[in-house]
Amino acid sequence: MATEVQVPVLSAKDFASDQDVRWCPGCGDYAILNQVRRVLAAAGATREKTVFVSGIGCSSRFPYYMSTYGFHSIHGRAPAIATGIKLANPDLNVWIVTGDGDGLSIGGNHLLHTLRRNVNVKILLFNNRIYGLTKGQYSPTSEEGKKTKSSPFGTIELPVTPLSIALAAEASFVARAVDVDKNLGDVLQAAAEHKGSAFVEIYQDCNIFNHLAYQYATDKAAKEDHILYLEHGKPLVFGKNRDKGIRFDGAHKPQVVELGKGIKEDDLIFHDEADENLAFLLSRLSYPQFPEPLGVFYRVRDDCYEDLLEGQIKSAVAARGQGGLAELFESSDNYKV
Amino acid sequence: MVSGTQTQDRTPSTHPRTEEIPAAVVRFAGDSGDGMQMAGTQFTDTSAIIGNDVATLPDYPAEIRAPAGTVPGVSGFQINFASTDIHTPGDEVNALIAMNPAALKAHLADVQLGGIVVVNESEFDKVNLRKAGYPEGVNPLDDPELGRKYRLYKVPITRLNAESLADSGMSAKDIGRCKNMYALGLIYFLFDRPLDTTIQYLEDYFGKKKKMPEVAAANVKALKAGFYFGETAEIFPVRYHVARAPVAPGTYRKITGNDATAMGLIAAAKLSGKTLVYCTYPITPASDILHYLAGMRNFGVKTFQAEDEIAAICSAIGVSFAGQLGVTGTSGPGLALKTEAMGLAVITELPLIIIDVQRGGPSTGLPTKTEQSDLLQAVVGRNGDCPLVVLAAKSPSDCFDTAIEAVRIAFKYMVPVLILTDGYLANGAEPWRLPDPKSLPAIPVTHPTDPATYQPYKRDENYARPWAIPGTPGLEHRIGGLEKADGTGGVSYDPENHQKMTLLRLAKVNKVADDIPPAETYAGADAELLVVSWGGTYGSVRTAVERLHAEGKSVAGLHLRHMNPMPTNLGTLLKKYKKILVPELNTGQLRYILRSRYLVDARGLNKIQGKPFLVEDLVGGINLMLDGKWGEAESLNPTQHQIKAFK
Repeated sequence: MATEVQVPVLSAKDFASDQDVRWCPGCGDYAILNQVRRVLAAAGATREKTVFVSGIGCSSRFPYYMSTYGFHSIHGRAPAIATGIKLANPDLNVWIVTGDGDGLSIGGNHLLHTLRRNVNVKILLFNNRIYGLTKGQYSPTSEEGKKTKSSPFGTIELPVTPLSIALAAEASFVARAVDVDKNLGDVLQAAAEHKGSAFVEIYQDCNIFNHLAYQYATDKAAKEDHILYLEHGKPLVFGKNRDKGIRFDGAHKPQVVELGKGIKEDDLIFHDEADENLAFLLSRLSYPQFPEPLGVFYRVRDDCYEDLLEGQIKSAVAARGQGGLAELFESSDNYKV
Repeated sequence: MVSGTQTQDRTPSTHPRTEEIPAAVVRFAGDSGDGMQMAGTQFTDTSAIIGNDVATLPDYPAEIRAPAGTVPGVSGFQINFASTDIHTPGDEVNALIAMNPAALKAHLADVQLGGIVVVNESEFDKVNLRKAGYPEGVNPLDDPELGRKYRLYKVPITRLNAESLADSGMSAKDIGRCKNMYALGLIYFLFDRPLDTTIQYLEDYFGKKKKMPEVAAANVKALKAGFYFGETAEIFPVRYHVARAPVAPGTYRKITGNDATAMGLIAAAKLSGKTLVYCTYPITPASDILHYLAGMRNFGVKTFQAEDEIAAICSAIGVSFAGQLGVTGTSGPGLALKTEAMGLAVITELPLIIIDVQRGGPSTGLPTKTEQSDLLQAVVGRNGDCPLVVLAAKSPSDCFDTAIEAVRIAFKYMVPVLILTDGYLANGAEPWRLPDPKSLPAIPVTHPTDPATYQPYKRDENYARPWAIPGTPGLEHRIGGLEKADGTGGVSYDPENHQKMTLLRLAKVNKVADDIPPAETYAGADAELLVVSWGGTYGSVRTAVERLHAEGKSVAGLHLRHMNPMPTNLGTLLKKYKKILVPELNTGQLRYILRSRYLVDARGLNKIQGKPFLVEDLVGGINLMLDGKWGEAESLNPTQHQIKAFK
């Protein structure tokens, strides 16, 4: 029987590896790295039971900067590697760090299927709407018409909305945060506490190839009018003076309204983290027509893949007995000579 | 030594007379909906249980149901059963059972002259003849040539089956589905086989498992009706009996290559104390490994049906990183998709098992047919200098030993190991004497725990790095696809280090040669010609070489199971022989390796038809070479080697 051992409480800096962080100065990744370390410490995580898995891209250098176990794998495949780790050892805390190219383009398929299986992993998708490591081509989240090195005449494809994809893929936890915003820590904390696949889109500034892509959501003077902090059970209110909200219009479409003048908070849409239809609707709101919601869009409890698999093994053993080599060779098809 | 006839095994019957023969090759052929695989499997099981040596060759279309009655829709199952040790499903068919005109058309050419041809006469109507592509008004059964060349038995199987089940209360369609058992009963009579094994199977499968006792009863009735028809109608002037083979005493089962692979993996997991996690994406002809393992939860086996081939291998790599037995299985096109991830396993120096059940390529190729054309893909087909260990199973039951050997090597050297089998081995069956569980040696595995001495890429005497697994305090480390510094495992772009690491990865794979047995020749010791085979062609090549050696020909054989690294004595052995012939089911991939690595003038006999070698193909090629008539060709095609060199 295991005896209780006094576990030393770790601080954020205990989760820093001895490697120098080599992202470009001013990159949004630094803020995210600091918050992740802080949240792990706050959640009481241990280095030995934590694994960071990544693919390829700027964000995928993340595991080198953590003092935990880490796997910097190949482009797009982190969710598959992470799934294997959980299959082998469900007790590990596995985090996936990916980007808009890694997670939504080359590795899009793995993202979908990991989410629908509800493997208990945390997926952080750093969305900077550009390919940074390959030096500035458009990504699947680049806005239509964007001029980049590979689209000098502007892109001619629609971007994807990561949260809509995650919801359509049956994710059990879907959230959004901004690299430099105060709510990133809260969102990461909620993700860490969620049992199941937690998908977090983080708006991240690439200050070299796509600087200020999210200025509307980070500019101190203006951002309150462009973003909306979601709170479960609370009405969708936003604005510097918290005088604006979102309600359904007569045709059941979301509509920005000003409070007062006969419109009360009770007339607004109330956030419900368990309502997948509302979550999808929220995922479709985009600047400048709407404020963009931040926080937890959707959160439900569901069984995790690796636990269900362990469960099948337990019931099979209970029903048929533990199979060993002798049982393997025993079969009704055997015959003696 | 052939033992005497075991009368207690036989259903007594008075006439006709029974002739003792050493072996026979029977082929069941019909529409893919006619249940030919089931009839063939039952014939095999019965023959194995009464003590014959058996070897089988299922042959089925790639489409689930090609248009009924057409030649592409024909499904066949061949079994060779013998009172002696056999290695192949046989060349010429001694008895063909053709359930419709298309089956006759597709398979008649393989029947020996004077062989038995049983046709289901009921199906030779205008519609089916047209579907099979016979010209209007032509019925091959009317051709007197057919009766002159073969012993032709026209039996209205469909009608007789329907009559025997007229009072079963089943629909005409369901009655029709029993006709494979009627045909099987008839052939059981012809070859003097007992019915009890099949009756037991029908009662278990339809009666108990499917809960359809009426279907079980109808099938049993059809089986017996077919047998009694053979007995009472006296259509066959002679019955044949094949005595039991002189096999070592023990407990046996019939095993296919895919089942043997799956069992080997489970055994390796038990022997190493690891959890087997089989991560795969369904693909013909490898899927049966998944099917087998998915049902083995009570053995602690985890299976993961991934979203694609890449996810399958990557999740297996994740399993290995986390300290369990990660295995992925596929066929040629899937192996191509796994290429980049195999490189990841090589550079991260993790143990991993990759199984490639080869099929006809390139691209989708011939999904249900066999080929040996992934050898070069397996040995060298990756970006960068990326060597890995490659093993090739030689027979269905050898897949079991190969799987265990692969795991042993992977754990000892911290390397990915690729196992090549093929569609022929995967679906073919042979009797397998079950090993004594206590005779299988444990597979040692160690994981470091001491942070004071741990370095991620510190190597042992086998150049293996330590397998530190997540969950171990103080050994936290990061690995990945970027080049690593030797020792520390930190990311390194240092030119000298890259050269050192590339050579270390190669040295590690080459070191495995210390662990494999030396190559050995069989048949003629000081022969003029050495025939070098690998993988699934073992049975037919060995049969041909031994037959010619017995006839006094100056020929020896050598079979390779270790494709990379190869046995250390191979080069020396090859150079002892004046002539070298490499028969392969590809354009010459092993020949390419042998010529480049050992500078020997190896010639190739290369069959690329989606079918295994016939012994006759090999005999022809070997004789050509021994008779000095081979010529200058580097490679000949077995079906045309007398006339046409294609290079």
